[in-house]
Amino acid sequence: MFDLQMVDWARAQFALTAMYHWLFVPLTLGLSFLCAFFETIYVRTGREEWKNLTRFWMTLFGINFAIGVATGIILEFEFGTNWSNYSWMVGDIFGAPLAIEGIVAFFLEATFFAVMFFGWDRVSKNFHLFSTWMVAIGSNLSALWILVANGWMQYPIGMAFNPDTVRFEMENFWAVLFSPVALAKFTHTTSSSFIVGSFFVIAVSSWYLLKGRHIEMAKKSIIVASVFGLLSATYAAWTGDESAYSNASTQPMKLAAYEGLYDGEKNAGIVALGVVNPAKQPGDQQQPFLFEIKIPGLLSLLANRELGSFVPGINDLVYGNEQEGITSVAARMEKGREAISDLAAYKTAKRAGDATAAEISLARFNTNRDSLGYGYLESPEQTVPSVAITFYAFHIMVFFGTFFLLLFLLFLIFSVKDTLAGKRGLLMLGVGSFFLAMIASQSGWVVAEVGRQPWAIQGLLPVNVATTDIGTGSVQATFFMFLAVFTLLLAAEIKIMLKQIKIGPEGL
Amino acid sequence: MFGNLDIITLQQIWWLLASVVGSLFLFLTFVQGGQTLLWQVSADEEEKSLIINSLGRKWELTFTTLVLFGGALFAAFPKFYATSFGGAYWVWILILFTFIVQAVSYEYRTKPDNLLGSRVYELFLFINGSVGILLIGAAVGTFFTGSNFTLNEYNQVRWTHPLRGLEAAFSLFNLSLGLFLVFNARVLGAMYLVSSIDFSERPRFEAKVRRACLVNLICALPFLLYVLVSLLLMDGFGFDQAGVVSLVAGKYLANLLAMPVVLGLLLLGLVLVIWGVVSISLLNGRRGIWYGGLGTVLVGLAVFFTAGYNNTAFYPSKVDLQSSLTIYNASSSHYTLTAMTYVALVIPLVLLYIAWVWRLMDAKRISTQDIEGRKAY
Ligand code: HDD
Ligand code: HEM
Ligand code: HEM
Repeated sequence: MFDLQMVDWARAQFALTAMYHWLFVPLTLGLSFLCAFFETIYVRTGREEWKNLTRFWMTLFGINFAIGVATGIILEFEFGTNWSNYSWMVGDIFGAPLAIEGIVAFFLEATFFAVMFFGWDRVSKNFHLFSTWMVAIGSNLSALWILVANGWMQYPIGMAFNPDTVRFEMENFWAVLFSPVALAKFTHTTSSSFIVGSFFVIAVSSWYLLKGRHIEMAKKSIIVASVFGLLSATYAAWTGDESAYSNASTQPMKLAAYEGLYDGEKNAGIVALGVVNPAKQPGDQQQPFLFEIKIPGLLSLLANRELGSFVPGINDLVYGNEQEGITSVAARMEKGREAISDLAAYKTAKRAGDATAAEISLARFNTNRDSLGYGYLESPEQTVPSVAITFYAFHIMVFFGTFFLLLFLLFLIFSVKDTLAGKRGLLMLGVGSFFLAMIASQSGWVVAEVGRQPWAIQGLLPVNVATTDIGTGSVQATFFMFLAVFTLLLAAEIKIMLKQIKIGPEGL
Repeated sequence: MFGNLDIITLQQIWWLLASVVGSLFLFLTFVQGGQTLLWQVSADEEEKSLIINSLGRKWELTFTTLVLFGGALFAAFPKFYATSFGGAYWVWILILFTFIVQAVSYEYRTKPDNLLGSRVYELFLFINGSVGILLIGAAVGTFFTGSNFTLNEYNQVRWTHPLRGLEAAFSLFNLSLGLFLVFNARVLGAMYLVSSIDFSERPRFEAKVRRACLVNLICALPFLLYVLVSLLLMDGFGFDQAGVVSLVAGKYLANLLAMPVVLGLLLLGLVLVIWGVVSISLLNGRRGIWYGGLGTVLVGLAVFFTAGYNNTAFYPSKVDLQSSLTIYNASSSHYTLTAMTYVALVIPLVLLYIAWVWRLMDAKRISTQDIEGRKAY
């Protein structure tokens, strides 16, 4: 009943819609705080130019926000439409954060957004400022809850499988909420989004400086953005390292894939720069890289916080490594198949009203239940995600992350010295920086999501069991519908945004 | 505290909460109704702009309530979420599309260089208000008329109709419910506009809006009557103590009689809506939206309660009665419902700050000064 082609289209559709959503969300997360900073300065100093500056950035924020919302609603329902079996099997746990997000976060955003935009003459100064902060906090709270949900997919804890309902049921809400993976995701995603927001402000302001327009506003904006950006970039590098560290224990295959590590070793090194050998397959003797620059020992340190420690590679994880206590995928698939047939036997016995047979099957099922998901795999090699995609995406992200630290620093230094207007090269880089930040941010998600393939829920539920029973045609059709509509709306958004930037702020 | 409640109570609480959110959504469709009135009641660009700016302060609330409705159903009744969204695929996808295009329209309509031109964005708003609400009504109608699906032992859904949900719109009952909701939304839309726009310099505009309120109520009545009469006469999907679902003659009538409170909600709700219209269209009142809104919420509650309580399958399957979903077999586990009930404690707080902000923002009616310059939509 599972249609492979349908699975691939459903994945493509999720990737498409999520990546579209992610074009707008990081900007919302970052810019909302920047607007709050600007407005705080205005309320503190009482100077009109800060008010106009705030209103200018808010206009751009609003344009972005509208399309962020438009792309978000589809994701929420896509779990049901395209991944209905997933929704049933994990809805008991996964649905909760989504609902909480609605209750505690989206209403904050929606309610105070209206004040932020239309309340200038209707509410007091302080209440307006409060509303702006509420929008920023609400946006970032929505990130928290969706990332708790996503973190749980990467590292499912706090639940147990119920053979009667055939689903996973929550046992510990706090374990889900405070999962180390969820926290790493939340801190890294928000801090990296602050980078995106800061570069947006820097990009627009640099353009004004290059054109010699709105110079005072641009300078003021850059100072605030580069301080915020520098702090965020530092924090993002730290939390990124935290993410990699948590990958090492919860998703070692993902780590091995984005590091391109086939054979595990003590004292594993990091490939700082490399070209992946496209012909390389797990288990064969070919070189993983056509070209590489390696820093020895560093991976062991980063992954385990211990020099000389063992980091498992792709081959260890697929074929097993007795010495290190790693079971092979083939063995787990074997157990998984038994679990599947015991579950079926349990169901048959229950239907027939045979209590003893049901009990025996259930007991047998319980011995292998941890491997249930593996029973649906077709080959052990299927557990290896695309090495090339994750490797490049990861390295792009880390490279830019390091570079951004430097860039923010330069902007800050020259702002303080007030010599920025003359640094044309740096300003041009500033204009481009926003796009680099978007690329880094999207790459991060590619690492996270492609790296967990083929699992929808890590180790428990492979994507091919998670889908809806629906013809490929319907999913293809909606894929192209979304592609067309979102692309059209994106084009409209970009045109409007550019026009507003060209018009510039009022009275500055 | 809530952990001591038995699962049946929790399931009933969550059906209540979902019904409240769903009914609030129906009230908030005044935004959609207003969108469909746009071309009809405005004589020039300025009047149009007044309407858009008045609705534009509220559209996010409606949208977010819809999102929350989806999220609450996912958390509390995941089997419904999986079965309905995965099964009735196309009807939901089309509904979502109308909301996607709505979300950008307010912000982009009058911005320079907006690619599509303001007419297209206005059309998006119209489609959202008409097709979107009609299909939502049709989808709600299937709570009574049933759908075409089966569930296997692993609770995986198989839809047996090639139209994947769109067939819902071809039932007279569902269609009538949908059209009723569309006209009701227009009634509410007109009421809201009366309450929020400063018409002091535009008596003709005001008269048109007030008249639209009455006219749309009159349009809504035949569909309402058809829905009510059918509901009282039709067979419904009940289940017995063992959970076996069967077709029961006059089930929904029986539900109303068995739960007089629900019958009371229904009648009171209808009276309130009609009173709201009378006050707007005949008595020149301004507060009709509160009567109409409360009335709509009460009618909504009555509809959801009739569908889900008193041993009724709320998402019945026509093709395999035993696959039908009830609030007892479709819910989350005891643990999750308990946890979510704690979370639901913040809902009153949320409602409170929404009401507070609403009052602050609507203290002064929207006038021509509000639609000038860059602060307007
Ligand atoms: C401007 C964007 C940006 C920048 C500069 C960085 N990241 Fe990142 N990264 C993200 C944006 C991002 C993200 C989009 O926010 C992701 C996707 C999923 C997630 O949790 O965050 C992510 C994921 C992500 C993951 C995968 C997490 C998982 O699968 O659970 C790792 C290991 C790192 N990052 C590590 C780093 C390191 C070591 C960086 C060094 C500076 C870094 N990131 C900079
Ligand atoms: C907004 C940022 C996100 C981006 C850019 C993103 C990106 C992607 C990509 C590229 C894929 C395709 C992977 C593949 O098929 O190889 C994917 C799949 C998927 N992602 Fe995400 N993702 C994001 C956030 C999330 C979140 C927060 C969740 C859950 C709460 C999630 C759930 C899924 C699901 C269910 C799939 C489809 C099944 C699968 O292929 O695993 N994603 N996403
Ligand atoms: C794949 C899973 C996701 C789902 C189901 C989802 C769902 C939604 C929905 C329904 C909205 C509209 C809310 C409204 O009515 O105002 C929205 C907007 C938003 N989402 Fe997502 N989202 C996902 C991924 C993410 C991620 C990964 C983040 C952040 C890390 C995020 C952050 C936001 C924010 C800040 C908004 C506000 C609107 C905007 O950004 O323009 N979402 N999302």
